[in-house]
Amino acid sequence: MNLEKVIFGFFIVLAATLNFGFFVGDLSNPEHHDIYELFAAIVVNLIATVLKFGDRTQIGAVHLSTSLVADLQLIAAAMVWGYGAHVVGTGMTPDMTAKVVSLSGGALFANVVSVIILIAETIMQRR
Amino acid sequence: MTPATHHSTLFLAMRRLRAPLITLITIFAISVLGLTLAPGIGGEKMSFFHAFYFISYTATTIGFGEIPIEFSNEQRLWATICIYLAVVGWAYTIGSLFSLLQDHTFQNAVATEHFARQVRRIHEPFYLVCGYGETGRLVCKALDRLGERAVVVERNPDKAGEQELHGYVTDMPCLAADASLPETLRFAGLTSRHCRGVLALTDDDNTNLAVAISARLLAPKLPVLCRAGSTEIAANMASFGTRYIINPYAKFAEYLALALHAPNTYHLLTWLTGLPGTAVERHRDPPRGKWVLCGYGGFGKVIVEAFDREAVPVTIIDREAPDGHGHRVVKGDGTGASTLERANINQAVGIVATTGNDFDNLSIAVTARELNPNLFVILRMNAYANHALFDAFESDVTVVPSEIIGHECLAVLTTPLLEPFLAEIATKDDAWSAELVEQLTDRFGWTVPAVWSVRLNLRRAPALYRHLMRNSGSVRLGDLLRNPHDRAAALEAAVLYLRRDDDDHIIRPSPDEIIRPGDRLLLVGLPAARRDFALTVTNGHTLDYVLTGADRPGGWVWEWLAERRRRAAGAG
Repeated sequence: MNLEKVIFGFFIVLAATLNFGFFVGDLSNPEHHDIYELFAAIVVNLIATVLKFGDRTQIGAVHLSTSLVADLQLIAAAMVWGYGAHVVGTGMTPDMTAKVVSLSGGALFANVVSVIILIAETIMQRR
Repeated sequence: MTPATHHSTLFLAMRRLRAPLITLITIFAISVLGLTLAPGIGGEKMSFFHAFYFISYTATTIGFGEIPIEFSNEQRLWATICIYLAVVGWAYTIGSLFSLLQDHTFQNAVATEHFARQVRRIHEPFYLVCGYGETGRLVCKALDRLGERAVVVERNPDKAGEQELHGYVTDMPCLAADASLPETLRFAGLTSRHCRGVLALTDDDNTNLAVAISARLLAPKLPVLCRAGSTEIAANMASFGTRYIINPYAKFAEYLALALHAPNTYHLLTWLTGLPGTAVERHRDPPRGKWVLCGYGGFGKVIVEAFDREAVPVTIIDREAPDGHGHRVVKGDGTGASTLERANINQAVGIVATTGNDFDNLSIAVTARELNPNLFVILRMNAYANHALFDAFESDVTVVPSEIIGHECLAVLTTPLLEPFLAEIATKDDAWSAELVEQLTDRFGWTVPAVWSVRLNLRRAPALYRHLMRNSGSVRLGDLLRNPHDRAAALEAAVLYLRRDDDDHIIRPSPDEIIRPGDRLLLVGLPAARRDFALTVTNGHTLDYVLTGADRPGGWVWEWLAERRRRAAGAG
C-alpha cells in the first residue's frame, strides 16, 4: 500500500462525494443546499487539482483537466451565490438557487469522470 | 543529469510547488470557515462572501482598511490567528518559488528548453559545433563572418557563457552540456533537417569520438569533422566511416613536408585555405639541410617522420628520447646554449621547438637564434593566450593547432570541392603550382580570396539550369565569367576545378569548355565576384544579358510590347 495513493484517492473521492451532497435535493429549494457543503467541495476540489499537478502521463493529463473543469464550475457556482446573496439584495431566491445547483451539477459530472478514471487506472495497473 | 530528465520545466515547477499550494489552500479554507462561524456584533455571522473578501486582502498583506461590518471581539480574535497563519503560508509558498527559481536543476531545465526552442526555430541551414575552446571560437567567428549559422554545445559553463559576450552578427544558440551524450546532440539539432554538418572540436578525444559515433548513427548523411589528438583515435574514427578527421600535428607535418619539396604548392594551399579576408604572409620557405628538433613527444614524432619522408637529416634534443628512429639524439634541455651547441646548431639550417610548454619553446628559439641568426624557426604554440609573445618573436612558422583545425574545417564545410582539388594539386609538380600561384595572385592579390563551389542544378542555379535544359551544349564556361553589370568586363573570378556526375573531372578547365547541367564548379575570386556570379546563375534576366547582351524587359506586358515592337520593326 502506498500512502501517496491513499491520499490521492481520498481527495478525489471526497471531492465527488461533497459535490454530490451539495447537489442532491430539490433543485430550486435553498433549504436543501448547504453553503458550507459548497465551500468544502470547492476547497477539496482545489486540493485535488494541486495533487494532480506534475503527472506527465496521458491519464494524468485527463485527470488534471477534469479537476480543472470541476473547479471552474464550482467557483462559478460560488460566485453566483455571492452575487445573489449580496449584490442583487433579494437573498437566495429559488431562481438563483437553481442556477447555483445546476452549475454544481456540471462539476459533479466532471468529478464522476475523475473517479471513473481513478478506478480505470487502478484496474489497469493490477497491483 | 541528462537533458531528458529535465525536459519539461512547467511540470517540474508544478510538482515542486504541490506542497506549498496545498498548504495555502488549507490555510485559506480554515480562515474563511472560521470567520463565517465566529459570531459577530448582534450575533449575526459573516457570510462566505465577506469572509473570503476579508481573508483575501488580509492574507496577501494588502490590508485594506475597509471592513464590511464592524467586527465583534470573537471575530477579531479569529482574524488575529488568520493573519499569522496566512503570513506563514505565503512565506512558505514564495520561499519555495524563489528556491525553485534559483535551483540549479531548474535553471538547467529552463536553459535547455530555451536552447531547444531556439534550435527548433532555425529554419535555415546551420552547423553544429561541439566545443567552444580556441578552435571552436575561431570556427564560429569565421562561420559568422561567412553568414552561416551555428549551434554551439560546450561542456564548460564558463566558456559557454563567454560565447554570449563575443557579439556575433547572427544569433548563435549555445548550451552548456556534455556533447558526448546523444540526447544533448539531439537537442542541438543533430537530427534537424536544416543541420548541414557536425564539428567535433573539443579538446577531449573521447568526447569527439562519441560525437562522431552519435552523428554516424543518428544522422548518417551528415558530414562530420572530427578533431583527433592522436593517431589511435584517428584510426578509431576512421574505422566507422568518419570522413574528415583532422589531426592538427599530422596536418602540419604534411604541410611541412609539402613546403620542403614543393614550396609553391604549399603557397597555393595556404592561399586557398586561409581565413577569408586575411592576407597571407610570404615567408621564406623551409630550407633543406640539417635540422634540429627539440622535444620528441607526439608532435615531435610526427615531424621527424615527415623529415624522414623528405630525407632531411634531423638531430633530436630531448631529456629521454627513445632510440630506434635512426637519428642522433642529444640528451638534455634545449633551453640551454650548451645543449644546442652539442646538437651542432651552428651547422643547422632550421630548428623546430615542439615541447608542450610555450615558454620552453620560446626560450629554445631565442637561444638558438642567438647562436645562429639565420636559422629557420618553427615554433609550437600550445595556448593561444600566449600569442602576443609569439608575435613579438617573429618566428618563421608558428604552429597553432586551433588555427590549423579551423582552416581545415572551414575549407571542407564551405567548399566541398576544395578538398578533392587540394588532393589533386598535391600530386602536381612544383612548376605547375608556381605558374598557377603566380597567375592567381597577380589577378587577385595575396589576400585570401573567396573560394566557393557551385552546383549547376535547379536549386542552386535555377536560371542557368533551365537555360541549359532548353539549349544544351550552348554555353561555354568563359561565357559565364562575365560581369553582370557590364558584360564587356570579365568577372573577377576563375574556375579551378570542374566535376561531373560520372566522376569525370577537369582541373583548370579552359574557357571553351562546354558546361552541362549538374556540373560542379570550384571558383576562386574576389568576394564581390561571388555575389555577381550567384546573380548570373539564379536570375534569368541577368543570365540573358551575360550570355547574349540583350537586356530583356521583365513581366508579361513588357515582354509582349517588346515582341510587338520587334515584329513591327521586322515588318517595316
